[in-house]
Amino acid sequence: MDGIAAIAPQAASGCGDAPVLKERGQREVFCGLTGIIWLHRKIQDAFFLVVGSRTCAHLIQSAAGVMIFAEPRFATAIIDERDLAGLADCNDELDRVVTRLLQRRPEIKLLFLVGSCPSEVIKLDLSRAAQRLSRQMSPAVRVLNYSGSGIETTFTQGEDACLASLVPELPVAADDAPADLLVVGALADVVEDQMRRLFSAMGIERVSFLPPRRSGDLPAISPNTKMLLAQPFLAETGRMLEERGVTRLAAPFPLGIEGTTLWLQAAAKAFAVPQSTFDSAIAAPARRGSEAVAKVREQMAGKSIFMFPDSQLEIPLARFLARELDMKLIEIGTPYLHRQHLASELDMLPAGTMLSEGQDVERQLDRCRDAKPDLTVCGLGLANPLEAEGLATKWSIELLFTPIQGFDQAADLAELFARPLVRRAKLRV
Amino acid sequence: MQLTLWTYEGPPHVGAMRVATGMQGLHYVLHAPQGDTYADLLFTMIERRSARPPVTYTTFQARDLGGDTADLFKDSVRTAYDRFKPQAMLVGASCTAELIQDDPGGLARALNLPVPVIAVELPAYQKKENWGAAETFYRLVRTLAQPVERTPSARPRCNILGPTALGFRHRDDLREITSLLNRMGIDINVTAPMGATPDDLARLADADFNVVLYPEVAGTAATYLAKTFGQKSTRIVPIGMGATRDFIAEVAELAGIDATAVLDEANAHMPWYARSVDSNYLTGKRVYVFGDATHVIAAARIAQTELGFTVVGMGTYSREFAREVREAAKLYGVEALITDDYLDVEDQVASLHVELVLGSQMERHIAKRLGVPCAMISAPMHVQDFPARYAPQMGFEGANVIFDTWVHPLMMGLEEHLLGMFREDFEFNAAPSHLGTSPARMEAPVAAPALAAAAPTPAADTLVMDRPAESITAKGQPVWSADGEKELGKIPFFVRGKARRNTERYAAEKGIAVISVETLYDAKAHFSR
Ligand code: SF4
Ligand code: SF4
Repeated sequence: MDGIAAIAPQAASGCGDAPVLKERGQREVFCGLTGIIWLHRKIQDAFFLVVGSRTCAHLIQSAAGVMIFAEPRFATAIIDERDLAGLADCNDELDRVVTRLLQRRPEIKLLFLVGSCPSEVIKLDLSRAAQRLSRQMSPAVRVLNYSGSGIETTFTQGEDACLASLVPELPVAADDAPADLLVVGALADVVEDQMRRLFSAMGIERVSFLPPRRSGDLPAISPNTKMLLAQPFLAETGRMLEERGVTRLAAPFPLGIEGTTLWLQAAAKAFAVPQSTFDSAIAAPARRGSEAVAKVREQMAGKSIFMFPDSQLEIPLARFLARELDMKLIEIGTPYLHRQHLASELDMLPAGTMLSEGQDVERQLDRCRDAKPDLTVCGLGLANPLEAEGLATKWSIELLFTPIQGFDQAADLAELFARPLVRRAKLRV
Repeated sequence: MQLTLWTYEGPPHVGAMRVATGMQGLHYVLHAPQGDTYADLLFTMIERRSARPPVTYTTFQARDLGGDTADLFKDSVRTAYDRFKPQAMLVGASCTAELIQDDPGGLARALNLPVPVIAVELPAYQKKENWGAAETFYRLVRTLAQPVERTPSARPRCNILGPTALGFRHRDDLREITSLLNRMGIDINVTAPMGATPDDLARLADADFNVVLYPEVAGTAATYLAKTFGQKSTRIVPIGMGATRDFIAEVAELAGIDATAVLDEANAHMPWYARSVDSNYLTGKRVYVFGDATHVIAAARIAQTELGFTVVGMGTYSREFAREVREAAKLYGVEALITDDYLDVEDQVASLHVELVLGSQMERHIAKRLGVPCAMISAPMHVQDFPARYAPQMGFEGANVIFDTWVHPLMMGLEEHLLGMFREDFEFNAAPSHLGTSPARMEAPVAAPALAAAAPTPAADTLVMDRPAESITAKGQPVWSADGEKELGKIPFFVRGKARRNTERYAAEKGIAVISVETLYDAKAHFSR
């Protein structure tokens, strides 16, 4: 990896080397377990078994919509005092729980054992457990493991860890297999379908997605595979794919018209798509999208925004908000700043944007209150309290649960930020 | 290890948070990893609180583990004290911090803060949310309540104990009972945890007796107060007409007053509603009750004796109160189910041919799956269970509210009859017409990745049948003939699922390959009670 953006940013300025405020203090963010909420919907024959405490079980169900799904494809094996006291052998217990689970859900083909803080602190070796169970259950069920613990992972890093656990499972295509494109990161099905159509219009037909919708459809990779990251939080997955010889196409992320164009263009360049083919493939959706975004820009131009760290989507989002909606960036917080994967994004940020990494939530709240932004993007724990203090807020978690990538979603993405302001203007209560 | 799909209660530190968040002037420092901050959203989103819970989390990370988690904890306590200047502090550990054994109590005491620091040890691998609330409240009371010189007063005085943040209707129950006690001529000394400061807890002893609204939270503290200050407490929880009257009598005796005047409550409409002829159809409806112990015991009594239902099953997830619930169940000739596994509850509801489920958010889902009406009586709950309007469960107004909310999901008598007689009428959509849900929507599986409070309520159409189809289609299993399927469609929606399952079971047992109209009626006769 060279860490240099392949595509020259439009603005010569940018934040590539801007200093970042690094903070350490109380972090008000989810742990990686939370990714299960969308991943368990994405991979339709996978099941996520968290090995953890009642806290872990409570976290997922609280974040997941307090039990919207009568029976979801996730569960928790709750460690109890017998396990800790050594009265029960954790591995036997795990085997028992997994057996019971798979009896109930015979349609499950892929089981993730998901580590948590407690399982890590007691050093329960889930990778060995996964190997053992995989042997036992083979070939009906494949068992993998990753950690979503809060001591190791923040929110979307759980998806990164999950996808990283799939990388060694990807089949090997022949060394002389024709070049193909791998899109990495969970996307809404509708977004995937749009992307596939666009690639096809450019003449790129060999496209696959990680994670696949069904565990049996894991894409094969070869040294001729090129990958586009669809999400900015896939540090480990990206690294492991590169280790397996896949080439990363550096690009901004497909948020907004500009981001989507450059993202698609990175693939077009790598696959030597003629400029005219590329232009005509994207012309219609890009125009439609721009027109729709323009309507929202009228409402948002000049408004200021403050982002609390949450999903690592913050920097691409800030780039979109600044460049396509003309919003003013006050502070853009991110839980973790991956400079390589975000290189093109950083270059496109307005010069002098205040970036913060990590968190000390009390101090950040102080800064936010002082700045009185027109809109604050934050987690669910902070939103209502800030509203009550008079600040308009947008819940960041919604950005993970809504199709926002691509041309046809660009205006939806803009709308998500506009709605709280429109609503405030409307209310007379 | 216990396989858990959903948990009724959170971990015990969430109970401590409910106490701390209900109070004023108290700050809780929790040694916990970052993900545990999710608990804030329970309060800010589900309960829609306008302020953050008074909780600081240390959010230690893996890289802190070998070295300085203890220092991190001390820093967090000191910084939180400086910023919030509370009258007292609570300190403790979540499940992960319990394993690293940093001794939050000792570390915090070493800081010599100028306010009381109360350490709560909440064994996370053993206990749950309500226990954590009770233990925390007890520790606070034990540390803070002081012997006092009694304030002279002509009127009797009591404390009200138990209401917390994130409690099922605690806000409205408190208002109802406070006003009832005032009308009885009783003054309130302290209400706690809700609204109390640590300084208020110091003067708990300046009351003649205690009113315990929620034994799950306040039972332990009340026992301590009885032992230490000789304060007696109420035992009856005033949910339902009968219980409210009994409660008034109990309080009158503790206070040494005559309370006959308040017994005659003009606004208690519930007894007349229950007696009016339109309520006849409620008679003998088969009801299943599940939730926390207090609400289950009260609900069963109301269901059986005040609405004329038949309690066919009941149970609780409050293991600490298993004995009380078992005793209560005996009154109705059923055996209590004590479990925190919602699959056990679902099995029981499915097998008992229930017509109404009274339960928590979990039972709401169970009932939806099974197509049975449901009303909420207990935590855990959803954002919609914090209504904007005044909707207590306790006292006379509580009895009115309960009548409405339990009867509302049921089909009204005449409507039910007409539906039974003219099932083919194309305009009958087979759900209570005042609820406006179409059966087609009820059966449509929609994958809605909504989040906590984001989606309003899981209306019927957000229910996901995320399971193999209910009907048995695998090889060797009975299949439905077109006629049979059509006849099944005429059965009202709330029993259709049951009819389908029973018929399939019957056919399988009898070795019938194709289910005809006849099979359906044979099965109906076979299973009729
Ligand atoms: S932070 Fe750790 S203990 Fe807390 S919910 Fe996440 S994995 Fe479980
Ligand atoms: S809406 Fe239905 S149940 Fe209600 S009164 Fe009218 S007919 Fe009866």
